[in-house]
Amino acid sequence: MIPDMILFILLAIVAVTSALGMLLSRSAVYSALNLVLNFGTVAVLYLLLGAPFIALAQITVYAGAIMVLFLFVIMLLGVEQLRKGSALPWQQTLAIISGLLLLALTAYVIFIRPMTLPQVSPTQLGFGTPGAIGEILFNKYLLPFEVTSVLLLVAMIGAIVLTGKREPKTKT
Amino acid sequence: MSLNDLLVNLNLIMPITILTAWACVLLLVDLFIPKERKGITALLAALGLLVALALVISRAGVATSAFNGMIMIDGFATFMSVIFLFSGLAGIAVAYDYLIRSGIERGEYYVLLLFSIVGMMLMAAAADLIMVFLALELLSIPLYVLAGIAVPRPDSEEAALKYFLLGAFASGFFLYGTALVYGATGSTALTEIVSATTSGGVNLSFLVIGAGLILVGLGFKVAVVPFHMWTPDVYQGAPSSVTAFMAVGAKAAGFAALLRIFVLAFPPLAMDLTPVLWALAAFTMIIGNVIAIAQRNIKRMLAYSSIAHAGYIMMALVPYGQGNVAADTVASALFYLLAYMLTSFAAWAVVIALEHNMGEGRDTDGLSLEDYSGLGQKQPALAAAMTVAMLSFIGIPPTLGFVGKFYLLRTVIEGGFPGLALIGLLTSLVSAYYYLRVVVYMYMRDGEPVVRREPWLYFTALATAVGVVVLSIFSEPLFNWASQAVLKLI
Amino acid sequence: MLLEYLPIAVLLILALLLAGIVIALGHMFGPRHPTERKSMPYESGMRPIGPGTRRMPVHFYLVAVLFILFDIEVMFFLPWAVIYKKLGVFGLVEMLIFIAILGVGYVYVWKMGALEWE
Repeated sequence: MIPDMILFILLAIVAVTSALGMLLSRSAVYSALNLVLNFGTVAVLYLLLGAPFIALAQITVYAGAIMVLFLFVIMLLGVEQLRKGSALPWQQTLAIISGLLLLALTAYVIFIRPMTLPQVSPTQLGFGTPGAIGEILFNKYLLPFEVTSVLLLVAMIGAIVLTGKREPKTKT
Repeated sequence: MSLNDLLVNLNLIMPITILTAWACVLLLVDLFIPKERKGITALLAALGLLVALALVISRAGVATSAFNGMIMIDGFATFMSVIFLFSGLAGIAVAYDYLIRSGIERGEYYVLLLFSIVGMMLMAAAADLIMVFLALELLSIPLYVLAGIAVPRPDSEEAALKYFLLGAFASGFFLYGTALVYGATGSTALTEIVSATTSGGVNLSFLVIGAGLILVGLGFKVAVVPFHMWTPDVYQGAPSSVTAFMAVGAKAAGFAALLRIFVLAFPPLAMDLTPVLWALAAFTMIIGNVIAIAQRNIKRMLAYSSIAHAGYIMMALVPYGQGNVAADTVASALFYLLAYMLTSFAAWAVVIALEHNMGEGRDTDGLSLEDYSGLGQKQPALAAAMTVAMLSFIGIPPTLGFVGKFYLLRTVIEGGFPGLALIGLLTSLVSAYYYLRVVVYMYMRDGEPVVRREPWLYFTALATAVGVVVLSIFSEPLFNWASQAVLKLI
Repeated sequence: MLLEYLPIAVLLILALLLAGIVIALGHMFGPRHPTERKSMPYESGMRPIGPGTRRMPVHFYLVAVLFILFDIEVMFFLPWAVIYKKLGVFGLVEMLIFIAILGVGYVYVWKMGALEWE
């Protein structure tokens, strides 16, 4: 347990730092690279929690595919540097205040009641392996699985429509 | 599960299965339909909706759960599905000619519309928070795309981007809420959330925060204040036919999920959530109606009006936790959604009939109040339809809007919130000002309104307006039908 | 439990170390005589003009989006492949429905010419 704890703290520090780096960096490419680091760290955190499939998905889908998309978008826009100062100066103050309010409210709600945690059956070893995920995904969560494919199909149509492709090719 | 179970369950949700398959086939068929004849796609899409509608109605009265409790087929889902399918049909009817004249016609429009309706039907039937989330995405993503279907028109692009960004943000809230509910109860299935809550041993704090975040997420979808900021810009920027469909469909689906989740799973939290819902409803009614007064653009005005109506429906949700009123909460909200659907389509069909592209010899786009001057003399039928819609929005008899508001207010008073009912009544009075202003322009000002003579638009406007009046006479059986749609655990 | 992944961690650390050492060695021992001309961005011997980033055609973006979508599809194959024997025909049918729906998208994307480069 102790090495796990040390590993967790180290990873958490890296994750939070890279997340802050992503937010605060004024260069879009640096932000993107910080994000890659963050995705990687979070993937290891998933491993630490015993969820290798999610960790794998995090690497392939997020750090792999989605980052490529982000970099394309950054290059697409051609605006690499953010201008100094923001368009709505009061927005930042307002965001900080309402964020703190939300935090305070959450803390209040949590502490007015006794802390009890639900009775859940302890997870078995290997509950997050691809096989175990498959067991539950293809039986209990069958419908959500199929709906996901429809969702992906809609996203494909959306990508084509919004990038302005008008009509099918006549030549084959 | 086995292969046989899969077939049995697919059969249980047959209307959704058919509609999904139909939309997929239509996407491929559309590739081979030449550009000038996209009417075929529209017709085929409408046909699919009609088949699904027939299936839904033929299966009314069935109450069962499917796919391991992911889906509940019951009176509630049936009623909502009818609303969604009708708004789909009306959505196609108002879009067909409008898309051609705006030069944005493409077959994908109808396919995306079908997929969005699949999402809405799933949303009304979903009995598991994961399913609700997927349905929410499935109904939203086509709408994001539809809002931007007029690319590269800047206002349409802006609408799509704003809608997408805020919608994705709202989905995030919904997911965080789901995660906290799962953490508090150990399950995402509504039935299991209930059984965990009644047997104790749940962390109520996390459950409350989770429920609150879910409320925020769905509140964005139905546009209650303070989550309404996107509405005017998106409603104005999106092509009008999309806005008409979105104003009804997305709102109804959001409320379907709110009703099912809150009435089924969260009554134990009523103590904490009722004041929140009260405030949301009150602010939504007040702010929506007051800002609508200042609008001279008809699309923006209707956008704020739709916000205000979200507030009225929200009002019914306030006493959701009281066992004896909960049934009325559901029934009156469903009834009002039906009334809102018909009224809204009547108004939007007229708006679309008057809208035209700038530069066709006119310097306006037909969307400002002044463009309605003289409509009463030139096009009495359309003006009458618009008048009926405006009266129904205010809640003046003999319209469905009046009956709907009556049931809503009755529910609120039954639940013991006369103050809220009073706010509802007063804001309705305020709303009379801006709704009647349209009527005044139509009948008491002279002008030369440019109106499109498009049969389907006329048909939609008149049919829905007639429906609003006629159904208000037969509102009793209709309300009884809505009352049968009580939410029960299966 | 995490010890299973030790080889990956070792590999990762070795790769980082090796790359770090090579770069450090180059820095320490490589001769450096920078001139203005040498530190200019290399553009085939031309004098560089304009900013380094250019706007790229939207087609790249389209390809990236389609890549993500099919990437997610593949992610779903993995848990299925691990237990496909246990699921039997039922699992096959499930996966076929999934693929058929995405296949529709594939045909659509193909016919629309999104996979071609003009």
